[in-house]
Amino acid sequence: MAGLLEHPGYDGEKLRRVSEQLPCREVQAGMLLSLMGEPQQYCYPSLFIYGHRASGKSHVVNVLMKELELPHVTVSCVECVSVALLFEQVLLSFFGCDAASLLPRSPSISDFVRIYKQQTSEFPSKQTRYIVTEQAELLRDANVNLLPALLRLQELVEDNVSVILLSEIVWDKFRPNTGCFEPLLLHFPDYSKAELLHILSAHRHPSYSAEFYSSYVNILLGVFYAVCRDLRELQHLAALNFSKFCEPVAAGKVKETETHKLWKNIEPHLKKAMQTVYLREVSSLQWEQMDEHETGALRGLSAHTHVELPYYSKFLLIAAYLASYNPARTDKRFFVKHHGKIKKTNFLKKNEKTSNHLLGPKPFPLDRLLAIFYSVVDSRVAPTASIFSQISSLVTLQLLTLVSHDDQLDSPKYKCAVSLDFISAISRTVNFDIVKYLYDFL
Amino acid sequence: MSKRKAKDAHLPIGECINQVHQILRKRFCHQQLPDKPEGVEAQHKHLAELLKRTAVHGESNSVLIVGPRGSGKTMLLRSVLRELSQETEVQKNLLQVHLNGLLQTDDRIALKEITRQLQLENVVGDRVFGSFAENLTFLLDALKKGDRSSSRPVLFVLDEFDLFACHKNQTLLYNLFDVAQSAQAPVAVVGLTCRLDVLELLEKRVKSRFSHRQIHLLSKLTFPQYLERVRDQLSLPDDFLDGKFAQEWNAAVTTLCEDRSAEEVLQRHFNSSTDFRSLHTLLMLCLSRVSVARPSITPADLLDASRLCLADANANMLHGLSILELCLIIAMKHLNDVYEGEPFNLQMVHNEFKKFLQRKSNSMYNFEQPVIMKAFEHLQQLELIRPADGASAKTQREFQLMRLMLDHGQIMEALQKYPQCPTDVKQWAMSAFA
Repeated sequence: MAGLLEHPGYDGEKLRRVSEQLPCREVQAGMLLSLMGEPQQYCYPSLFIYGHRASGKSHVVNVLMKELELPHVTVSCVECVSVALLFEQVLLSFFGCDAASLLPRSPSISDFVRIYKQQTSEFPSKQTRYIVTEQAELLRDANVNLLPALLRLQELVEDNVSVILLSEIVWDKFRPNTGCFEPLLLHFPDYSKAELLHILSAHRHPSYSAEFYSSYVNILLGVFYAVCRDLRELQHLAALNFSKFCEPVAAGKVKETETHKLWKNIEPHLKKAMQTVYLREVSSLQWEQMDEHETGALRGLSAHTHVELPYYSKFLLIAAYLASYNPARTDKRFFVKHHGKIKKTNFLKKNEKTSNHLLGPKPFPLDRLLAIFYSVVDSRVAPTASIFSQISSLVTLQLLTLVSHDDQLDSPKYKCAVSLDFISAISRTVNFDIVKYLYDFL
Repeated sequence: MSKRKAKDAHLPIGECINQVHQILRKRFCHQQLPDKPEGVEAQHKHLAELLKRTAVHGESNSVLIVGPRGSGKTMLLRSVLRELSQETEVQKNLLQVHLNGLLQTDDRIALKEITRQLQLENVVGDRVFGSFAENLTFLLDALKKGDRSSSRPVLFVLDEFDLFACHKNQTLLYNLFDVAQSAQAPVAVVGLTCRLDVLELLEKRVKSRFSHRQIHLLSKLTFPQYLERVRDQLSLPDDFLDGKFAQEWNAAVTTLCEDRSAEEVLQRHFNSSTDFRSLHTLLMLCLSRVSVARPSITPADLLDASRLCLADANANMLHGLSILELCLIIAMKHLNDVYEGEPFNLQMVHNEFKKFLQRKSNSMYNFEQPVIMKAFEHLQQLELIRPADGASAKTQREFQLMRLMLDHGQIMEALQKYPQCPTDVKQWAMSAFA
């Protein structure tokens, strides 16, 4: 595959090295190279490269820039929390620290362009300069004028400079209201299954044969491909689970060629990995150490949902859950001891199909919470300050959320923000059968 | 054949191609000025006369050049200025100040820039002293002291004029127009904007001082003219190093423009937009394929470039989703169909997906809720779905209301193109009732 890239103006040896580092991305690299042209020629003012995560966007651009030794700066927009940092990095790598120190304390785009212009008139470059911005979607949240100004930077600074934007999000979601200079759009397509296999197999373990490793990757893709196409994630999973895969071979039970037996051994392990490591329930270190104990015996992060609460807080939370998930008209039926006659047809509306556990919690006023609370707590409770402070501390624990504005002191509205499993566990500790009181489960 | 001829007679082919790239790239990327502006002769004459009156006779003027993006506003102004600068009288007389609404985001910065570009006395070593108010009075004094006969005229060019109208109180615009209207130093204020309603943005007092002279650059291009423009943009100038190569190249361009399939492609682009920028994007993509091995542009190149330009980005992104994410999108599509565009949350989508799995009784896609949540969040990161209400932190993740940012047609088309799409998923997407 190597040696596909050709372009006059660049050293053939360097290009060969580039194409070695870019498996399955020769087409894109070649296209980018032909758009960039020879170093001294003008490049298009701005290029926008989009594609899925881990489809090799930054890798291709960075390898091209590094190997061909083009004057460039790579800026991550996550790091640049203010535009000043961005400007500083650009000036620093193009003109050295003297230029960067010329920037005033909180520079505007105007300052940046002025200093840039000054510097180019002093040190004109014969080559195209490239500014590569990664995660460019964050530029939208920065200064409104930053993105349009970057897109036409070549015109503004009158220098042979080109801005390359890399993003996961399509260009249509970037365009400002009044329009801007349209960049050249380039798409990096996702890797196909065969390409993933090719790339993943390249990092094989030296002590095993290539076929053995690629059959392992094949099994891994068979389990994970339907869920995940992220190359980095797959690489990580492949590295983690390989030791388990070759365990029977190392023990001498199975030969390398007996694929079916190996598959039988690894498949449940991989299925378990999807529920644990893939979701970061257990860390990869824990996962690697798990071999000694039974896999999955370890409790993941989300298993630790048990929270110790005071007695009244538990009931307050239960009351909040009931208030959130039951319609208000059913309160009388559930919580009033001698409620008289309520028609069953009236109570259960047959045409009401969507359950509240599908729609999510509804907001309720404080009065309703307290009314339900007094009804579910058997003993007499005085509405003391401690009860009210427990409500507000439940809000700070994010078990309840305040829906109305913070400044509303009388009749604030709340929502319950816990799951059914959580609240059932809580009600079990106080011997309260919550399912009996839920409208959805009647 | 042509290659050998060129080699025998003149420069080697590599050199020629290099030159072609150099010249055309300057034209497409660097927006190099054409020798003669096309299609805007009347506007050109109007603007040239106006600026000349300021430069030579000391008349104060203000004008707005209005036109959509890529319609050649800057090109028009620059070519007028280039023409003017050839006259010696204007050259030594006229001062120019260029401001851009993107860079000079408030009046203070703009004022500093003006003093810097006019090289006024209080500028020492490229640092401006004095507060905003001092600067303004200083500048106004300097302008006021002058009169029609003695002082040099100043040309103010305000690029992205509509952004200047967003400044506080529009102080800068008011002062500039005020100077232009009263008998002070002669100034010409030229604004460039792409907003047709730009006058509505101005305050009343600013609007009344503006001369209401507008130059519109609305393209009245017909398709034959468009073809002509394509040919002009691609052809090499007469003073090309290798005359023979240039002739051959130009002949190839002419045949390209007469080709049936190329014409169809260009017609499609003409129908979508007629501005220079989108044309340059297309031609730049064509040009990038020209190399020593393929020394001319073929209709196939044009077709490929056009396909790249017109590709649907959302379809491209949908192609790379995993099968689980695609299933979730189909479930969302069904929810949208049933509930007529009401927002949905993860629980509903999962419920819809579960219904599909029950019908199929196929455990292949039986994923747990957290795995589905991860896929759902990935869709949100790609902005294929968006929160219906802005505030996100207040509700639990699985109950947050979302909207799908794709339409029915896009999903169905993506499904057709999806590699190895399982048949049952396809059928599920087709069926109206989930």
